This record gives sequence, C-alpha cells and structure tokens, in this order.
Amino acid sequence: MLLVPCPNCGPRDAGDFRHSGESISRPDPSSATPAQWREYLFLRNNAADWRVETWYCRACRTWFSTERHTMTNRFRTPPVDVLEQRGES
Amino acid sequence: MKMNKRGKGRYSAWGLVRKGLRGQAWPRVWEQHELESSYDVVIIGGGGHGLACAYYLATVHGITNVAVLEKGYLGGGGSGRNTAIVRSNYLTPEGVRFYERSMELYRSMAGDLNMNVMFSQRGHLTLAHSDASMRTMHWRAEVNKLMGVDSSVIDAAEVRRLVPMLDIERDKPHPIEGALYHPPGGIMRHDAVVWGYARGAGAAGVHLHQQTEVTDIVVTGGEGPDGKGPGGKVTGVRTNRGDISAPIVVNCTAGWASLVSGLAGLRLPITTTPLQAAVTEPTKVFLPAVIVSGSLHCYISQTDRGELVFGAAVDPVHTYDLRGSLEFTEGLAGHILELMPGVSKMRLMRQWAGLCDMTADYSPVMGFTPIEGHLVDVGWGTYGFKATPSAGEAMAEAVATGRTPDLIAAFDLARFSEDRLVGEKGAASVGH
Ligand SMILES: Cc1cc2nc3c(=O)[nH]c(=O)nc-3n(C[C@H](O)[C@H](O)[C@H](O)COP(=O)(O)OP(=O)(O)OC[C@H]3O[C@@H](n4cnc5c(N)ncnc54)[C@H](O)[C@@H]3O)c2cc1C
Ligand SMILES: [Zn+2]
Repeated sequence: MLLVPCPNCGPRDAGDFRHSGESISRPDPSSATPAQWREYLFLRNNAADWRVETWYCRACRTWFSTERHTMTNRFRTPPVDVLEQRGES
Repeated sequence: MKMNKRGKGRYSAWGLVRKGLRGQAWPRVWEQHELESSYDVVIIGGGGHGLACAYYLATVHGITNVAVLEKGYLGGGGSGRNTAIVRSNYLTPEGVRFYERSMELYRSMAGDLNMNVMFSQRGHLTLAHSDASMRTMHWRAEVNKLMGVDSSVIDAAEVRRLVPMLDIERDKPHPIEGALYHPPGGIMRHDAVVWGYARGAGAAGVHLHQQTEVTDIVVTGGEGPDGKGPGGKVTGVRTNRGDISAPIVVNCTAGWASLVSGLAGLRLPITTTPLQAAVTEPTKVFLPAVIVSGSLHCYISQTDRGELVFGAAVDPVHTYDLRGSLEFTEGLAGHILELMPGVSKMRLMRQWAGLCDMTADYSPVMGFTPIEGHLVDVGWGTYGFKATPSAGEAMAEAVATGRTPDLIAAFDLARFSEDRLVGEKGAASVGH
C-alpha cells in the first residue's frame, strides 16, 4: 500500500511495520492529572496535513519517527530512531 | 408526510408501469434552495446519518428550518461505500439495545419512506475457528438472548447445512468450529436508504445543500484560541457559499469528524483509517447468508444481482487517502478461498475504499459536547451504516429536547474522561 522509510532497512512495504499513529509526548507521571492522562490516551488531532508519526519496524525492531502527509501519504523528513535520539539505546 | 407536493407522487409498481409505458421522465426527487443566512439547525454531512437526523427533526419534532450541508454529493461518503450489513448481535447491552432499535426502524423503512430499500434478512453467521472464539460467541449469544435478540451458537455441521459452499474440513489452519448465528441479520440497498431519507427530509421542508463545504464553525466565549473550544457557544458556520448563523450545529461527517469538530476547537477521540471492499462479477445466487470470519479478517455476502461482496478489517495506517492496495486484494482472496475454495475462478470487478472514524472502544461518540450548541454523531468506524435510523432518531430527539436520550447515553464524549468505555471490539472489528 505504501513504502515506509526505515532508518536501517530503507523503504519497505507498510506491512512490515507497526503504525502507532501521530507522535505524542507522554505526560510526566509524577505530575500528570487524570485529565491529562486520558487526553494522552484517547484524544488525537487526526489532521489532514503533514504530521510527525511513530512507526515500528518489525524487521530490525526499531522505533522511529518521520513526517507524512495524511492526504497524499508522502513522507518528507528522513526517519529518526526514536530511542537513539532520546539516548535510550 | 405529504409526498405529492408539486406532483411528486408516491413510488409504486403501478407508477413504474405507467411512467414506463408513457416514456415519462422522473421528476427531481429533492428541490434545490438558495442558501439562507440563518437556520435553526445546521447539520454538517449529507450521509445517511445527517439526512436521517434532519428527517426525524422535521417529521417527528416539527423542526423544519434545518439545513444539511454536504461538501460533495449526498451519500458520497461512507453511506455510499459500505457493504450494507445490518445486524444487532453486539457484545455490550448498550450496543445491542441501540442497534436493535435500528433493526426495528429498518423493518418498516420501505413503507415509512416509500422507498424500496431491499432489506433482506437472510441471516448472519460469524464463524469461530478456535475454542477461544467459540467462547466469545457464547458470550455474545447470551448477552443477545438476554436483550431479546435472536442469536445462538451453532456447530460446524449446522453451519454446513445452512451454507453448503463453506469448507468445513478439519485438516487446515483455520477449521470452522461453529458460528454465532443471527437469523434477522442481513443486507440492504444502502443508496436507497440515503435517498429515502433525503427525499423525506426534502419533502418535509429541510434544505439539502450539496457542494457546500463547511470551512469554519463560529464559536464565542470558549477557552481556546479565537474564543473556540470547550466552554464556548456556537453561533454559526462559514461555507464556500456564504456564512450561516445557527444556534445548533451537528457534526455528522464520519471519516472527516475530527477535522470538522476541530473547526470549533474540539479534539475528538478519533483516528481516520480507510476500509476497503471489493465485488466480483455476478453469478447465479448461491450464498444464502452473510458470512464473517474474524480470525481470517474477511466477510462475504451475495447481492440480489449475484455479485459477491467482500470486505475485511481496516487498513493498517491512519490516512485520508482512498487509494486501494494490492496487499488488501491478495490477503482477502487467500482468506476467502480458505473458506470457500469453490469460488476460485470468479473474477473481481471492482475495489474501493471509504474513510472510517475509529474510536478506541469501537463504539460511537454521540450527543452533546463541552461546546454549547455543538453536537456530534461520529465515531461510526466500520459499523455505522446499520446505525443510520436509530442514530438519526436519537440525535433529532437530543436536538429537539435539549436532553440526551437514554438509548445513546452510554455513547457520550465524556465516557473517555470518566472510564466508561463501551468495548465492542469483539463484535465489530471485522464483522461490520
Ligand atoms: C468499505 C466499507 C464497508 C462498510 N461496511 C459496513 C457494513 O457492512 N455495515 C455497517 O453498518 N457499516 C459499514 N461501514 C461503515 C459505514 O459506511 C459508515 O459508518 C456510515 O456510512 C457513516 O455514515 P455517515 O452518514 O455518518 O457518514 P458519511 O456517509 O461518510 O457522510 C459524511 C459526509 O460528510 C461530508 N463532509 C465531510 N466534511 C465536510 C465539510 N467540511 N462540510 C460539509 N460536508 C462535509 C462528506 O462529504 C460525507 O458525504 C462500512 C464502511 C466502509 C468504508
Ligand atoms: Zn527496519
């Protein structure tokens, strides 16, 4: 259906990935209110526009983020390994 | 309801013969009006839901100063793209009760709307391929029976008796263990439902505006930028054809729901994902019931014209793009052949997609919102066609009375912040 750019494997068929939707940052567990948690869990912009989103490559087991337009499915920024970026890998 | 206004008589077999013999043209079914600068109620989205809401507002509650605004053509969204499966064998009591009300309205719809909606209650089978799914089927059957819905679990031999085309060999990856059997379930002619409500609403005085896109919802006093958002109050909408003032604006835009409520500054618990379907060349009618397999991600029915209609689960990516994919066709074909090897020589004729407004619990979002005058009837995902009459009826009641009807109280937007999800995934993720 569409070719998704993995930072390690290059472009691969969308079926090789898990799509986890628009990137959202998790509220700080020590200070988040229940309302903020629920917003994080359920509310989405669901924009018809460019958006940053998170993918998981099943082949190389990498979480990465990239930008895609949800009307055309075009990708524009190079994919970034999310954990590496956060210094967690 | 008067249908003979301006010579548009009722539809009947006799009328068909007479018009055919005299070579008369059929008159326009609903009138075009100028866009007024104000309405009592503006409904955004000219699919079945928006039109049904308008129809019940006008005919049951006498509220006729209503406009339905549709950016494309009536029924061009999910209402004209679905596979028209109608059933009420859901998993939660709230769901079963709500969809059963729709079944009731569908049963009398052809007469009520004077439109041949071709409702065919041919029976609906949800196949189980494992002990685990047999357990879910028993659970659903018990909830269904308790709610007075005709639904029971049957074994593989009975499945075979009802639908001889199915392969019930045990020696394969997904043998058929049994099924949830729902005799009143079936299919109908979705376009006729849209046209029936449009014609009825139009005859009762509702203005139906096609090619009219809502580009903004005007809200004042809200907590967000420009006075929009929760705490605010709706005063009207802007469209590509002019501005309209209205105290009540109802969002019935399904796949586009987040974008439309976003115009009012309201975020929704919805993501938009395409769902694809396909149809084969016609053959002699051989498939007596609707067949769904959750484990194999597919479902099949046969139209009265003889085409097999196939569908599956939603695509794996959120997008507003409606292009079909080869992966879908390949996966679907493999699974269909596993169920019915006999159709291997049939050719696919067409494949298409529609947008689905998915929620986390596979239940809709209906009723009032934290913005005064802004109501939603969205989150219809892959299952909203069957809900068209009861959703329209309940939304009209909410608009007319200012109170949430009991039937839809469980589906309110607030449930997401109050831990009251209505989990229907087990009954709605593949069998729509
Ligand atoms: C392939 C497929 C198969 C399905 N199968 C089934 C099934 O078997 N059974 C079942 O019950 N359900 C099924 N569904 C789901 C069902 O089709 C939908 O839930 C239902 O049609 C939604 O109806 P609606 O009237 O709410 O929305 P729609 O019919 O989608 O209408 C929404 C309308 O809003 C308009 N709109 C959007 N934005 C604007 C704007 N800014 N201004 C003005 N107008 C706007 C759109 O043009 C559209 O016409 C299926 C869906 C698909 C895609
Ligand atoms: Zn990879």
